[in-house]
Amino acid sequence: MAEKYTPGTHPDLPPPKNLVGPAAWIRDNLFSGPVNSIMTLFCLYLLWVIVPPLVNWLFLNADWIGTSRDDCSKEGACWVFIDVWMRQLMYGRYPAEEIWRINLSYILVVLTALPLFFKAVPSKVKGALAGVLLIVYPIVFFYLYVGGSFGLEFVETPRWGGLFLTLVIAVTGIVASLPLGIVLALGRRSEMPVVKSLCVVFIEFWRGIPLITVLFMASVMFPLFVPEDLSPDKLVRALVGVALFSSAYMAEVIRGGLQAIPKGQYEAAAAMGLSYWKSMLLVILPQALKMVIPGIVNTFIGLFKDTTLVLIIGLFDLLGMAQAAATNTDWLGFTIEGYVFAAFGFFVFCFAMSRYSQRLERALDTGHK
Amino acid sequence: MSQAPHKMAQMPSKPPFWRDPDKRAMLFQALALGFVLYLGYSLVSNTMANLERQNIQTGFNFLSVSTGFSIAESIIFYDEDSSYLDAFFVGLGNTIYVSIIGIVLATVIGFLMGVARLSNNFLLSRLAAVYVDTLRNLPLLLQIFFWYFAVLRPLPKPRNAVEFGESVFLSNRGLVGPKPIWEDGAALIGWALVAAILAAIGIGRWAKQRQAATGQTFPIWRTALALVVLLPLAAAVITGFPVSLEVPELKGFNFRGGMTLTPEFAALVLALSTYTAAFIAEIVRSGIMAINKGQTEAAYALGLQPGITMRLVIIPQALRVIIPPLTSQYLNLTKNSSLAAAIAYPDLVAVFAGTALNQTGQAVEIMSMTLAVYLFLSLAISAFMNWYNARMALVER
Repeated sequence: MAEKYTPGTHPDLPPPKNLVGPAAWIRDNLFSGPVNSIMTLFCLYLLWVIVPPLVNWLFLNADWIGTSRDDCSKEGACWVFIDVWMRQLMYGRYPAEEIWRINLSYILVVLTALPLFFKAVPSKVKGALAGVLLIVYPIVFFYLYVGGSFGLEFVETPRWGGLFLTLVIAVTGIVASLPLGIVLALGRRSEMPVVKSLCVVFIEFWRGIPLITVLFMASVMFPLFVPEDLSPDKLVRALVGVALFSSAYMAEVIRGGLQAIPKGQYEAAAAMGLSYWKSMLLVILPQALKMVIPGIVNTFIGLFKDTTLVLIIGLFDLLGMAQAAATNTDWLGFTIEGYVFAAFGFFVFCFAMSRYSQRLERALDTGHK
Repeated sequence: MSQAPHKMAQMPSKPPFWRDPDKRAMLFQALALGFVLYLGYSLVSNTMANLERQNIQTGFNFLSVSTGFSIAESIIFYDEDSSYLDAFFVGLGNTIYVSIIGIVLATVIGFLMGVARLSNNFLLSRLAAVYVDTLRNLPLLLQIFFWYFAVLRPLPKPRNAVEFGESVFLSNRGLVGPKPIWEDGAALIGWALVAAILAAIGIGRWAKQRQAATGQTFPIWRTALALVVLLPLAAAVITGFPVSLEVPELKGFNFRGGMTLTPEFAALVLALSTYTAAFIAEIVRSGIMAINKGQTEAAYALGLQPGITMRLVIIPQALRVIIPPLTSQYLNLTKNSSLAAAIAYPDLVAVFAGTALNQTGQAVEIMSMTLAVYLFLSLAISAFMNWYNARMALVER
């Protein structure tokens, strides 16, 4: 029963049944050939071996409620361990009645940072908020955490620890490395030979050595470098080391951005009669920094992960605290739980940062390359 | 006409020196240099004063003193009578050893994961993505601790070691296996291997030249494989297999004899290679994706098979993008191997900047030697990178 259509009036037919739908998708993506099928089966086998035992261990067979190791009777993970040690993992040995100071700072940061994520907020407000975050808060929080003034109890730095210490080190490194890195990158691109070579030597020195030797230097050599009566705190020494180390990496990332700016931009800024600093701050850096945001965030992620190394010089960050808790004689044998918890903490921060940078990259992409 | 001299007079004859960019630059540089020199001077004078106060002798004389401590594993000879300089070389040797093995493993895993990430197979590419995202976002030290304290240390004691075929034992002291003892004449096998490798390289060159001249191909890889296997085998037959195996035995609390893969070494290499592999996978993926699709299509249009297209068209171009970040990953791995100190694997930092420094107190000398090693390594690798970039750069006419 062939119907007659005049040319061009035939209705669109649906695609053949075997080319659409879940079955076709599975065939195209999982079983398109013998090699592909074998790989799919292998992956399924791998998932079968790994996932069910992992879920059992993490959730189904785990103990959640209790106060001592005797409450952990099941086969799976003992989250009681984490629960009991939670305060140490979060704040180290910071006095319990002073923890509100740390929590207050967290709340302030979240409240200040929140408007930055909304498009409706005008950019001037955003700039002011960013200024508060990067300049005002570090100073305020220093007094808040250390205490000893404004009627706050003094808390010495060896009592700082856990996730709190991780954040202190990472954020100090981030806040200090950005301006230092910009100055070093500009210095490396400078036409003044002395300034340029000083910056090159500085950057290449810090980039060439492992962070662990930097921290060793901070703990054994720093006391030799400064006058005897000025012997800074261990944490301060580590912070200085981390800040200098990460500023060298930041400088290289920013230099990449500076090099990618077309020469015409520099010349145009000069033709407008802008001075060096004005042309840098108003024309070059805004474009260069925007271009290297992914690189900057990657440096932040690296820095965040590298903060764990401070445990080698005896500071107890999140991982150090997990390690210390697992070697406590009352709680031997829960190493894995401690690591899984620490891993979860680091993963949340690093993954969030990397996703945020990908989003920014897309949002700031103006189509030019 | 009479106006001209007047106009000249109105022009500022010479700007004041703070408006002259050249002079300002000079001044600024002098200030910067002065500041750095002052900083250096105060560092040195403070250090000298502090050292004098603590009665620490400066100088490298301590290097020839014998250390008195033992080192758990070493690829060169070392005992308690050896000097601090020997300890330095033990640490350096272990660092290089771990780095080389780590680099080889990381490259293999990284390339596999990078290619898997690009696979058409949905499941495979998802799994590779999960691998990359997880390992990249966890601190390396955490991963080293995980392998060491959570996986390898809790293995059974040597007494209850897991056996594999009578002579290989897995326990919390590591993986112990039989060790080959070379007897007289074994050197011939080694020379045969060297000769085979040299011959294979020679044949490879010849085959390339012949292909360039005549277009005829030659099965290079099969020939090379045959040479490398058969020549040492022939040497072994001629000399009558001068090898015996030393099987490890359980004596007291540990195994004696045999070859040991210690848990420290294994944890370090595993963590370093899987962690770096996650970064390499991303580098490989972006390198392959950076090659224009037109290259593949052009190769197909010329009638090349997919495998050959990959090998002769895509990979050589992708390598140009891949190699520079890859070398910096290698450098990172080498620097990260210093985390060995955390699990007491005797690398340069653990042995020299750790134990030796604590024993002698020669902080300045020891730290500068350690830093010099890492700086030399990184400068050498960046020199290689520059050379490679210059060689590989597109020659445009």
